[in-house]
Amino acid sequence: MSLAPRQDVADAAPKSIADRLLRWESILVVLLIAVIVGNTAISPYFLDIYNLSDATYNFSEKAIVALAMALLILVREIDLSVAAIIALASLAIGLAAQAGAGLPVLLLIGPLVGAACGAFNGFLVTRIALPSIVVTIGTMSLFRGLAQVVLGDQAITQYPKNLTAIGQSYLIKWPPLPYSFVIFLALAVIFAVVLHKTALGRKLYAIGNNPVAARFSGIPVDRIRFMLFVLTGLLAGLAAVLLTARIGSTRPNIALGWELEIITAVILGGVSIAGGSGTIPGVVLAVFILGLATFGLSLVNVPGIVISVLLGLLLIVSIALPIVVRRLMQKRPAG
Amino acid sequence: MQKPDASSPLPRGEPVLFLNGVSKSFPGVRALNDVSFTLRAGEVTALVGENGAGKSTIVKILTGIYAPDAGEIVVGGQQRQFHSPRDSWAAGIAAIHQETVMFDELSVAENIFMGHMPGRTSGFIDWPQMRQRTAELLKSIEADFDPDDKLKQLSVAQKHMVEIARALSHEASVIIMDEPTAALSRNEIDDLFRIIAQLKAAGRAIMFISHKFDEIFRVADSFVCLRDGEKVGDGKISGITEPKLVSMMVGRPIDQVFPKRDIAIGDVVLKVEGLSNPTEFADISFELRRGEILGFYGLVGAGRSEAMQCLFGMTAASSGRITLNGTPLSIASPVDAIAAGISYVPEDRQEQGAVLPLSIRENITLASIGSHVRNFFLSKPSELDAVRVLGRRLDVRAAHWEQRLGDLSGGNQQKVVIAKWLAAKPKVIILDEPTKGIDIGSKAAVHDFIGELAEEGLAVILISSELPEIMGLADRVVVMHEGRISNIFKRGTWSAETIVSAATGARKAA
Repeated sequence: MSLAPRQDVADAAPKSIADRLLRWESILVVLLIAVIVGNTAISPYFLDIYNLSDATYNFSEKAIVALAMALLILVREIDLSVAAIIALASLAIGLAAQAGAGLPVLLLIGPLVGAACGAFNGFLVTRIALPSIVVTIGTMSLFRGLAQVVLGDQAITQYPKNLTAIGQSYLIKWPPLPYSFVIFLALAVIFAVVLHKTALGRKLYAIGNNPVAARFSGIPVDRIRFMLFVLTGLLAGLAAVLLTARIGSTRPNIALGWELEIITAVILGGVSIAGGSGTIPGVVLAVFILGLATFGLSLVNVPGIVISVLLGLLLIVSIALPIVVRRLMQKRPAG
Repeated sequence: MQKPDASSPLPRGEPVLFLNGVSKSFPGVRALNDVSFTLRAGEVTALVGENGAGKSTIVKILTGIYAPDAGEIVVGGQQRQFHSPRDSWAAGIAAIHQETVMFDELSVAENIFMGHMPGRTSGFIDWPQMRQRTAELLKSIEADFDPDDKLKQLSVAQKHMVEIARALSHEASVIIMDEPTAALSRNEIDDLFRIIAQLKAAGRAIMFISHKFDEIFRVADSFVCLRDGEKVGDGKISGITEPKLVSMMVGRPIDQVFPKRDIAIGDVVLKVEGLSNPTEFADISFELRRGEILGFYGLVGAGRSEAMQCLFGMTAASSGRITLNGTPLSIASPVDAIAAGISYVPEDRQEQGAVLPLSIRENITLASIGSHVRNFFLSKPSELDAVRVLGRRLDVRAAHWEQRLGDLSGGNQQKVVIAKWLAAKPKVIILDEPTKGIDIGSKAAVHDFIGELAEEGLAVILISSELPEIMGLADRVVVMHEGRISNIFKRGTWSAETIVSAATGARKAA
């Protein structure tokens, strides 16, 4: 059926070094190295294996939720209620502990409550067809409000030793690796493989880039979206288990404001807020950058408020920089 | 803002715009090579060429979206360089696009004056002046809507009128119309041509881009013909015939536009009985056989696409039975339809067919992705095997298979979308307006290909609003009118008149 001689089409374009260097992940690697070098320069305590290991406590729980959030944002959805889910799941663990439940129940009830909350979000978004940003602003108040009503101004602090041990000891003695960090790394590998190497991952990219065409192509768009909300809730519940075990208490303001820190990591990781692009390695790098920068600054006693100002600036600059660079390169007269 | 020829129209035939030796390359593709032409006041110049011939590149260069690599643009005797669409506006060039890009939630007046609203010294918008000038502009083109109407309330034809008013508000001396009739009904096209005549009388130079030859010969004074980025001819439209222009465009004469293949028609593959939906269509019943091409004809809004999308599982039916190869099907979603062996190539390529930011490979394998899974993982070699075969079979022109689909021309995008559906190995393929908005060369290729599919034993449903296409290709034609089947014609027992009157409801079917 050709009208002109058929053209030979190559399998792929030759990859130039500039393309590789301009990849977002490469920029994040440079940023991570800068953070490590900078921290080593300002504090002699930074490059200590035990200190670094303790640093992972502060970001692993958020990082676990960020993995699921990355997939949600990739398919043009968002869940602002994750921190509230953590609060509600932590409350459930607390109530179960008060009722004398054993360790298996305490470990399971968090993810179960989280998954139920995620299913509620997913139902409203996919069945009632409400925008996820509206739904999850609502459930953010709803879930945390429920926790606050039950807790009042009390806190649950009686947790069995075998639970707190999970939050406060190392899973592996040398190199010292906390449970939460090992769980995060394992999940990161699974998420990266699924997103980048499987048919499901391809479907997520298709949904994120054109949900209508994805549906026409036989992709169960709504079912996948629903499952991602459940997954996000489930991982928020898992984070609640690890957090509750680590701090050994459940207060109404537990994990307050985490949703924005989690979304910050996802966006810094290169996941487009408009959906359709981003990678798990990018998100993992961003988690390390944010976590280690926070840790390094707190080592030299920079107040928490100042740290959040600095991280806000870091986010804006690092997002804007490549866009500006790319625009300058395009302005160059071609040929 | 400059007003190049605000009051006194230029005399007819006066050159307004020169394009001199313009070239433009993209990585791996030479889009334009040394193209020159002149647009004259009071004349309509048709820009003709196949998809990918370089027409849209010319439009993008004239509207300041691309900068040419070489060559110059002279407007009103002055050499211009457009760094942005704004520069092009300021030089008096206005474009009316294929797909109108405007602000749905804003009023007609706001759309027309977006970017150059009349202001007061206080910095606020001068609403009364804006409304009044809009009303004058609308009156001058005999538009039947108000300055305060929201854009989303208007029809496509009315939106075109808003764009034309917008061009006039800029006192544009050059107006580019890129496929302005693609979404218009016959009456609306007549309205558009009346406005074009007015614009000519007012001394504007018009560049008219269309794939429809009857329109070109009706409206244009001269033509510029492009092939593979080069100008292959120009002149007065009165000095050329349609077949000559076509062969100039494709580089060979098209002797037989619709070679109907002789294909043995087999057993019934698909049987649809009483398919209904509460609002769009009712009681749709037909049979489709192996090797058969079943045409669906009707006016826009007759419910053809809606019925087919229901058959494909995009929407739910309120009643009806679907049987494939004797097995009753329950289709709740496209997942079920694809699994059963039904493919649907949607009409809206950009929104429903293609995932433009993804690569050609990722698009072609999207509807059959499960077949490339090896031990849980996707196999890229397996994907590439399928992509090479289908890409070559459909003659997709690209630099490499990892190219973004959005970077290809419309015709090539359509080939990739069809390839995606063939990759799903269907028994029944539904093609919804497969040649809409593609050039005559690609069109012939698609027609040829439809015949090839039927010959291979596929059962084909062809929805088309072009009567010659339907009559040339189909073995039988189902005509729909207001959501119902008004008649079914067999090849040889129809005429254009009987089909059209069944579609318009002029004569109800017995």
